[in-house]
Amino acid sequence: MTAVLEIAGLVRRFGGLTATDNVSLTVMPGEIHALIGPNGAGKSTLINQICGELRPDAGAVRLMGRDITAATVPERVALGLGRTFQVTSLLDEMTVRANIGMAVAAREGRTFRLWDRLAGRASVWAEADALLRGTALEPRAAVVVRDLSHGEKKQLELLVALARRPAVLLLDEPMAGLGHAESQEMIGRLAEVGRTTPMLLVEHDMDAVFALATRVSVLVYGRIIAQGSPDAIRNDPAVREAYLGAEDELA
Amino acid sequence: MSILLIEQALNGVQYGVTLFLLAAGLTLIFGIMGVINLAHGSLYMIGAYAGMYAAAETGSFWLGLPVALAAAAVAGLAVEALVIRRLYNRDHLDQVLATFALILMANQAIILMFGRQPIFTRLPAGFDGSVQLLPGLAYPTYRLLIIAVGLAVAAGLWLLINRTRVGMLVRAGATNRDMVRALGVDIRLLYTVVFGLGALLAGLAGYMAGPIGAVQVGMGEQILLATFVVVVVGGVGSIRGAFVAALILGVVDTMLRAFLPTLLRQVMTPAEADQLGIGIASMGIYLLMALVLLIRPRGLFATA
Amino acid sequence: MRAVILILAAAALLALPFAAQAAGQPALITLATRIAVYAIAAASLNFILGYGGMVSFGHAAFFGLGAYTVGVMFHHAGAGPMFGLIPGTTHLLVTIPLALAVSGLAAAAIGALSLRTGGVQFIMITLAFAQMLFFLFVSLTTYGGEDGLIIRRPNEFLGLNLRDRVTMYYVALGFAAAFFLILWRIVHSSFGAVIQGIRQNERRMAALGYAPYRYKLAAFVLSGMGCGLAGALMANVLRFTSPDLMHWTKSGELIVMVILGGLGSFFGPVFGAAAFLILETYLAGWSEHWPLALGAILLVIVLFTRGGVAGLIARIGGALQR
Repeated sequence: MTAVLEIAGLVRRFGGLTATDNVSLTVMPGEIHALIGPNGAGKSTLINQICGELRPDAGAVRLMGRDITAATVPERVALGLGRTFQVTSLLDEMTVRANIGMAVAAREGRTFRLWDRLAGRASVWAEADALLRGTALEPRAAVVVRDLSHGEKKQLELLVALARRPAVLLLDEPMAGLGHAESQEMIGRLAEVGRTTPMLLVEHDMDAVFALATRVSVLVYGRIIAQGSPDAIRNDPAVREAYLGAEDELA
Repeated sequence: MSILLIEQALNGVQYGVTLFLLAAGLTLIFGIMGVINLAHGSLYMIGAYAGMYAAAETGSFWLGLPVALAAAAVAGLAVEALVIRRLYNRDHLDQVLATFALILMANQAIILMFGRQPIFTRLPAGFDGSVQLLPGLAYPTYRLLIIAVGLAVAAGLWLLINRTRVGMLVRAGATNRDMVRALGVDIRLLYTVVFGLGALLAGLAGYMAGPIGAVQVGMGEQILLATFVVVVVGGVGSIRGAFVAALILGVVDTMLRAFLPTLLRQVMTPAEADQLGIGIASMGIYLLMALVLLIRPRGLFATA
Repeated sequence: MRAVILILAAAALLALPFAAQAAGQPALITLATRIAVYAIAAASLNFILGYGGMVSFGHAAFFGLGAYTVGVMFHHAGAGPMFGLIPGTTHLLVTIPLALAVSGLAAAAIGALSLRTGGVQFIMITLAFAQMLFFLFVSLTTYGGEDGLIIRRPNEFLGLNLRDRVTMYYVALGFAAAFFLILWRIVHSSFGAVIQGIRQNERRMAALGYAPYRYKLAAFVLSGMGCGLAGALMANVLRFTSPDLMHWTKSGELIVMVILGGLGSFFGPVFGAAAFLILETYLAGWSEHWPLALGAILLVIVLFTRGGVAGLIARIGGALQR
């Protein structure tokens, strides 16, 4: 079975600092692969290389067996790599519905048109409405993103990414800044999405990681120090020592 | 021919160091504060007018110099305190508009005070002659003075940036503004110092350029546009880039203007050659910029 | 409601020459013509500046190229073909498409290079390239060099006499109306939405799969063509063209018009152009040092208001209601 996403021997240096030190990992079909690590472990640097915002010094990124190391961000997206941003990054002056519509239109293509009417593209808006239906954002569809709460923006991040129907989804701390109830809701939502879409989940919230992940990788100082099932990671003494220090956090 | 070549090359270096004096300030101000200052050329003009006025009143070129520097620095600090300081967190468009407004005002204020006519100033005593550099090459001492001053300033800036605490902050500020703030440095003071220094250098360049060309309204914008090309080619934020680019562009511009029409005369009529030659020569540095952008979009010495 | 306002505005614009002549102010007709033409240029700039977030400080270059297209074609209609190959022409239906092509090609070249970087470099590079074209036309003595080129007869257009100021007004108005209709379609198209998305968040748009560069370049070219159209019309209004039309201060003035009208507001540039030209006309009549006052006004607007004249009026209105 080919991995949906494969990262092989990725290296990235900043001056004397090796932020990504020979990192390899895979996301298999049906898998939710969690990437955890303390602050400064190099998670953001790694994500940016997978998405194409940053070029690695060495190594390769493959999407469904295809080498995308040299591809640009939009090219990777078109090939099926979806992502959410840790600090929400949306079209702030557009409505919730329009944000999803722009994602749907991007997937449908035909956006280099000067003489159509975006508002009149029925297929785009039908799909945007379908994505919104049943979510907590449905009654907020006409609200401009600037006026959303943090939790709502986090939900929209996910919806926008799903609108592109990604083959694999990169989630950059989807729980960050969410309250307890919102977190529980997000976990449920991600579990649902995970049934159809494999994910690489970068997360600090250990509850979420152990509730969702089928496999966990631990990144410390740019290096993967352990990889395995959630239970194995939970009981790995090296992980406890190097990453957590305090034992109770993994409990 | 070779004597002429050397002479024009020296002229190019002289123009280049003048460009550097302006570009250094501009690139520092942008690199550290993230502000684009179109009115930098106005400081150059203010230095030239203030110094010229003082020199005419006192009869001494050298007494004009401190006045030029002080006027440009004071104008610069006033602009920083009253306008630029409000724009640090605004987008570039607001900065462009506000400093464009300053240009309009500065030019009119100068016209009100000194009129529209270009003013020609005399060379300072002791530097009004020329020296025999090579057999057959007598070169004006004043131009040599400008070259020397420009190189001295470049060396001074290098020392300042690489050997002092202020320089360390400047370097840190150019790469990471938040880090400097986190160090507990009074960033506002650093900004003021850098802006004042940039203004000082602009005033120096303006005053020294006075006797070579003419002191006139619009002199600032003319050289400012060439300075932009220097900053873009050198890489925004890089002093070293500004120095290298200023010298290259100064020499290229001067050489093209001096020799291109003559060269074209070999293949076409003199009238056509002059027209085409001057046309291409005046576009030369911009075409060079286009070339650099094709190869290195962020400039030769881009910092990031 | 909007339709009523549009109809009333159209009626007022159509009636303007009669009102001006009845009031004994025929100079107003020429002023209105210039406003219509500059509105086209400012709205073109607003398309990339207000909608697309690209701060071009070189748009006067395209305006000037449009004007020179008319001037140079007129020159060669009298003086024989350009390079012995390209015949001149005095027909508006030829010079306008030609002006669109010339300014579009120049915008493609300048845009392709300057859009390789962003932010402050983009501003400096557009400014520098515009200045390069300015120097080029200053050095072209065949076309009058620094002094410019006099166009003794305006272009021929459907048998109309463009020398007549009322006729020229209606022609300019017609072009402006068509232009704004087209612009309306583009702003509300898929392409227009992508351009606005790129301004709001370029990183997000890339993550949605849009490649920003080609959209921005296309918008830059369209915007340059709009300025070229305005320039070609202006050459017919002034019956003159000179490097001054592409001077860097003209680029600044176009930005000022956009700002005065309110960034990214569809009809804002019309009001911005009107405000600027009326201000210029009256300040210039009052003192030759009017740029001093203009600078001061601009500075106050930038430092103390947001959203241009429209925003200023809204704020004053808000303050009065309190």
